[in-house]
Amino acid sequence: MGAGHAHPLHLDRPSPVHRLPPQVKILATLLFTVVVVATPRTEIWAFGGYALLLAAVAAAARVPALWLAKRATIELPFVLLAVALPFAGHGERITWLGMSLSVDGLYGAWNIVAKGTLGVLASLLLAASTTMRDLILGLDRLRCPAVFTQIATFMLRYLDILADDARRMRIARLSRGYDPRFLWQVKAFAVSVGSLFLRAYERGERVYLAMVSRGYDGRLPRPEGGGASAAQWAQSAVLPASAAAIALAAVLG
Amino acid sequence: METVAMHIANGIVDGPVSALFAAVAVIALAFCVWRARIDLDDRLAPMAGLVAAFIFAVQMLNFQVLPGVSGHLLGGTLAVVLVGPWVGALCVSTVLIVQCLLFADGGLTALGLNITNMALVGTAAGYLLVAGLMRVLPKTPGGVGATAFVGSVVGVVVASQAFVFEYWLGGTTELSLATIAGTMAGVHTLIGVGEGLIAATTVATVARVRPDLVYALRRFRTQPAIVPVPVAGGVA
Amino acid sequence: MSLRIAGLTYAYPDGSVALRGVDLAVAEGERVALLGPNGAGKTTLVLHLNGVLHGGAGTVEVGGLRVDAGDRSRLAEIRRRVGIVFQDPDDQLFMPTVAEDVAFGPANLGLRGAELAERVDEALAAVGMAEHRDQVPHHLSFGQRRRVAVATVLAMRPQLLVLDEPSSNLDPASRRELAEILEGLPVTVLMVTHDLPYAMQLCARSVILDGGRIAADGPTTDILADEDLLRAHRLELPYGFHPVRP
Ligand SMILES: Nc1ncnc2c1ncn2[C@@H]1O[C@H](COP(=O)(O)OP(=O)(O)OP(=O)(O)O)[C@@H](O)[C@H]1O
Ligand SMILES: [Mg+2]
Repeated sequence: MGAGHAHPLHLDRPSPVHRLPPQVKILATLLFTVVVVATPRTEIWAFGGYALLLAAVAAAARVPALWLAKRATIELPFVLLAVALPFAGHGERITWLGMSLSVDGLYGAWNIVAKGTLGVLASLLLAASTTMRDLILGLDRLRCPAVFTQIATFMLRYLDILADDARRMRIARLSRGYDPRFLWQVKAFAVSVGSLFLRAYERGERVYLAMVSRGYDGRLPRPEGGGASAAQWAQSAVLPASAAAIALAAVLG
Repeated sequence: METVAMHIANGIVDGPVSALFAAVAVIALAFCVWRARIDLDDRLAPMAGLVAAFIFAVQMLNFQVLPGVSGHLLGGTLAVVLVGPWVGALCVSTVLIVQCLLFADGGLTALGLNITNMALVGTAAGYLLVAGLMRVLPKTPGGVGATAFVGSVVGVVVASQAFVFEYWLGGTTELSLATIAGTMAGVHTLIGVGEGLIAATTVATVARVRPDLVYALRRFRTQPAIVPVPVAGGVA
Repeated sequence: MSLRIAGLTYAYPDGSVALRGVDLAVAEGERVALLGPNGAGKTTLVLHLNGVLHGGAGTVEVGGLRVDAGDRSRLAEIRRRVGIVFQDPDDQLFMPTVAEDVAFGPANLGLRGAELAERVDEALAAVGMAEHRDQVPHHLSFGQRRRVAVATVLAMRPQLLVLDEPSSNLDPASRRELAEILEGLPVTVLMVTHDLPYAMQLCARSVILDGGRIAADGPTTDILADEDLLRAHRLELPYGFHPVRP
């Protein structure tokens, strides 16, 4: 099942995490993230526990820490937001290094940084260990409505072809001396977006005709098999279950 | 790659409100599926998939807004002008789901919020405005381009205000709402203008070559396409 | 499976007229080449053979069964009989893996399990792509994708096989191998092509379509020997190639 449909964040490794069926990984990631988000922000050490759990998963999946750190910079805009919160927050204030900071704002900043980072890391681990194809299979087995998995299947199939088209058009523009620097020069860019749409839509029509010719009646065949064993469900449940245990301990303790 | 997240992350809006909007998104998307089937019947999956791939490909094309600052299209209003509100919302949602799961862009628990803002509220605002303007403006490539511009700016700004509303309901830190609303509106007006210029030219280009593919034009055509030959064709 | 087309006209929704009264009859087991310049209407004609395009005047009959877009069950039967290999394999291959794509057609015919797997293996073996069965279609070379596209149709065991420019972009060996596959099939073949020597090799009879009308219909050797006819329809033999009467 590992063949193809890699995406920029996929790391092809022979690891036990990669081998887990996609549906159990998706569910584990979702539940883990829910536990993280539901944890009160004042339970600071609980977040440390979550981070340790993710570190263990990363080690098992053989995903390097540096790789994760680099990809996690996607979160930067929210870190900037978090930095602004202590200054902009309301309520009780404390003074630190001569700056007046809002206590609620400080907690808010911590909340965003901690939950945001843990969420991004969890998603990155899922992405690193799952191909696009497997992700869609996983969603399908989790009973995600077929309309979405089918739309996504077509999207993936033609994404590369359209991206190639887009790249070729860009090269054609560049080789004719067009290199837009500012917004008011984007006309040629936008015109090619228009032709990209035409190509996408007309290809859609041709693909549909080709499918109808082979007897398509609105339903794609469901891939058979691929169910997860009880052991695999149990393995993947370790992550959200330990997170839930940490959360309970923190709230009760 | 120096892409940064544009979508709401985990932990910005609290759990209950995130769950509420996840439910809103599910119900609204179910409705969109039902309506989109009326537009496309069994062509839905291939056509919506190709349009979603188009939006995705367009988002990969970065362009420089100002020296050193690059931006990319969001494409919501563009999609609804071209393929209509129902299919458009489905396409944008599919893109958001894949971005969240495979590109870590947007939090898993914030998926409902992101879909509500960008795939539902923003596109609905953009589309309603386009539909309204098309009643008065000329139904030409220029006219539909101008409405796409206005629709994009308004769509992007309204989507940002939907976030402000969600933050008001369940923001994790108390902030002056007026300040957030103002900042979000300001930033997104700038984004919206860039988005609008591109959407306008794109839509005008398509309208010139294949006016029959522009949903916003098709809807206002009182008569079916001109049939100059003995017989016009259909597609199974 | 015989084919009979009478008075077929068609205009695309944007108003461009592609077919202006086409009459063509192909007997069971015959292999016919459909020649003509770009934009002649060849692809449009092909799309009528299984009712994918319809709505113009005229009739199409496959094995005595009239193609009628309104009758869904009859249309299903016609699509079971007629297999179309599209001009661009990227339009035809959409499933995530080669094997799944080849299985798509037979699965729509109701085949499941071992029977389905057998069809897939057989079709992939016929085009020499068996070892690529788990690959992603768009990671294959163009020629390989074309072979898989042929396999997707062979797996449905059609009685009338229609190929739209099957030899374009194939390397010489693949081109010859495809010809061998086609020659070995006991079915009626209609092949659209710009490759006149290929038409000569595979089809005893050729038809020239130009401007949406049949401009010539006869033995391939006669048509290819008529220089004025070829020139009038923008057809050219490769340099140094001379059709010889058998
Ligand atoms: N989807 C479409 N919408 C409108 N016009 C079309 C469409 N497809 C084809 N046409 C027009 O119909 C005519 C016949 O096109 P067709 O694709 O059948 O040509 P062809 O003989 O297959 O050409 P080629 O050798 O280039 O493949 C052309 O004038 C073309 O512009
Ligand atoms: Mg053609």
